[in-house]
Amino acid sequence: MGIFEAILLTVITAATPLVLAALGELVTERSGVLNLGVEGMMVMGAACAFIATQQTGSPYIGILAGIASGAVFSLLFGFLTLTLVANQVATGLALTILGLGVSGMIGEAYVGQSGIKLPQIVFPILSDIPFIGPLLFRQDLIFYLSIALVIGVQWFLFRSRAGLKLRSVGDSHSSAHALGINVIRTRYLAVMFGGGCAGLAGAQLSLVYTPQWVENMSAGRGWIALALVVFASWRPWRVVIGGYLFGAVSISQLYAQAFGVGIPSQFLSALPYLATIVVLILISHNRRMTLINTPASLGKPFVPDR
Amino acid sequence: MKKLVFALAATAAVLGFSVQASAQEKAKICFVYVGSKTDGGWTQAHDIGRQELEKALADKIETQFLENVPEGPDAERAIERLARSGCGLIFTTSFGFMDATVKIAAKFPDVKFEHATGYKTAPNLATYNSRFYEGRYIQGQIAAKISQKGVAGYIASFPIPEVVMGINSFVTGARTVNPDFKIKVVWANTWFDPGKEADAAKALIDQGVDVLTQHTDTTAPMQVAAERGIKAFGQASDMIKAGPETQLTAIVDTWGAYYIKRTQAFIDGKWETTSSWDGLKDGILTMAPYTNMPDDVKAMAEATQKKIEAGELKPFTGPLKKQDGSDWLKDGEVAEDGVLLGMNFYVEGVDDKLPQ
Repeated sequence: MGIFEAILLTVITAATPLVLAALGELVTERSGVLNLGVEGMMVMGAACAFIATQQTGSPYIGILAGIASGAVFSLLFGFLTLTLVANQVATGLALTILGLGVSGMIGEAYVGQSGIKLPQIVFPILSDIPFIGPLLFRQDLIFYLSIALVIGVQWFLFRSRAGLKLRSVGDSHSSAHALGINVIRTRYLAVMFGGGCAGLAGAQLSLVYTPQWVENMSAGRGWIALALVVFASWRPWRVVIGGYLFGAVSISQLYAQAFGVGIPSQFLSALPYLATIVVLILISHNRRMTLINTPASLGKPFVPDR
Repeated sequence: MKKLVFALAATAAVLGFSVQASAQEKAKICFVYVGSKTDGGWTQAHDIGRQELEKALADKIETQFLENVPEGPDAERAIERLARSGCGLIFTTSFGFMDATVKIAAKFPDVKFEHATGYKTAPNLATYNSRFYEGRYIQGQIAAKISQKGVAGYIASFPIPEVVMGINSFVTGARTVNPDFKIKVVWANTWFDPGKEADAAKALIDQGVDVLTQHTDTTAPMQVAAERGIKAFGQASDMIKAGPETQLTAIVDTWGAYYIKRTQAFIDGKWETTSSWDGLKDGILTMAPYTNMPDDVKAMAEATQKKIEAGELKPFTGPLKKQDGSDWLKDGEVAEDGVLLGMNFYVEGVDDKLPQ
């Protein structure tokens, strides 16, 4: 295996949780809800996936537990912001704090245990293609799911009737309501999808990336996922580009250090963030394009008049 | 984020303290932690020390702790609250608590303070540290024996003297066995991020190192080493569970004896300010069992450990050259503690440019 291939493999592992969590948040935000609790849902997913895997011995049950815990946890956010119309920003932040605390508590007994790594699924024939084979066809289930989800979300948002409704709810909830679309229900589903994706991203952390549980193991990846949604200007394909770009820059700086290039490591560590800022500036340069893609009702509460 | 969590925790803690303060007569010994007490590394080692203290002096003292206290202005508030709530002796267990501890110690002359790994003292403020580098010297010797390629990987956190000292000690030890031994360093610029530490481990292994050591807090690098079939060293706690067939040994921080000694002095009214920097011989650090290595390597490691414990061997003894080839220590010359505590240069054999 060449060094380039090795780097790409590491990049894929690092980028997958970012892509997954950002994709979920993208759908949530497209419905007009800003959920800043991604970090909390992700870390809950990581804890529950790890615990379920240790209890049952099956990482696949762990994946289900991760998705379910993220979705259930996001329901709390949904109930507070959609039913009780609480402030979305404050509730989202609270969700992150709560998630970090609760996951630390339920996971305490599991700290230091060696986990079970999610096995690779090898596609016969395809995996023998040089270079591409090992990279794309000798991966774990969560990687395949992430690719399928990107295609699925792209199709859902821009090719399906339900996706059109979801976007209309995000752009103008009053108009959508007037047209007879159930705004609150749509948003609940979108929030739960976001939670499920964040939970799956968490499961990737504790089952693939580093098969173990330690408190606060998401280490800020939920916040990066949030930034990626803006970076991607609410477009699924750009989430993939952004996620892998971010992963590539942050991984290659580690390889560059091990290789012995004489650039200060602090600068190399800051590179991914610098790259993000540069791209954000380039994107926001074109104001019209940004406005077209930004959900107009993002973060605004909706109270149906009865 | 962490600040909010902490603010809530601190409020809850203060409420708890004020209720209990009136009911107790035992001396109250308090601890401030930078991380969670189950982090599997640095903070956990301090918390185990606290538990040993509680067990040893159960009838005379009680302990209290605040965890996840961020370094910076919040630390000041946390330490002040502990001081106000009746703590007699307060241990602040992270380098970044230094200035906050100094400030609060000046405000509360009747309370005693102990700050870990710092260098500022006062009549009621002592410092304590551990000569971790002694353990790293032994690790370096083992690495040089085990490695086929003569190159070790080193995952470092931040370019502070403590970490640079560890790197230099590791290389110096390794070069006593193999004079051509080299290490590759990757700075993760974090103490705690399992994913990033794992990535750093992969980057090093992909570029040909066949033994790995770390100065970051999680077991993620150990797991990667196990997966790739190379050997590795644990950090701060025994990490054998993460790599039963991988861990060669680990530096284990054992603060308990120190906490008991100082608390006893405090109860007896004999507490005085000191700058204590203990090593292997004092039992403030121990080596996890030497595993997964041939018997002759194990014997060598044990012999080196005995020599260090007996004071016959000091890791930084000349002749030693700096990375650029200039002379640092003459033959037989031993590095002074002051130089070590401010160490900002590499010795020969480090394949990296020190971030300044």
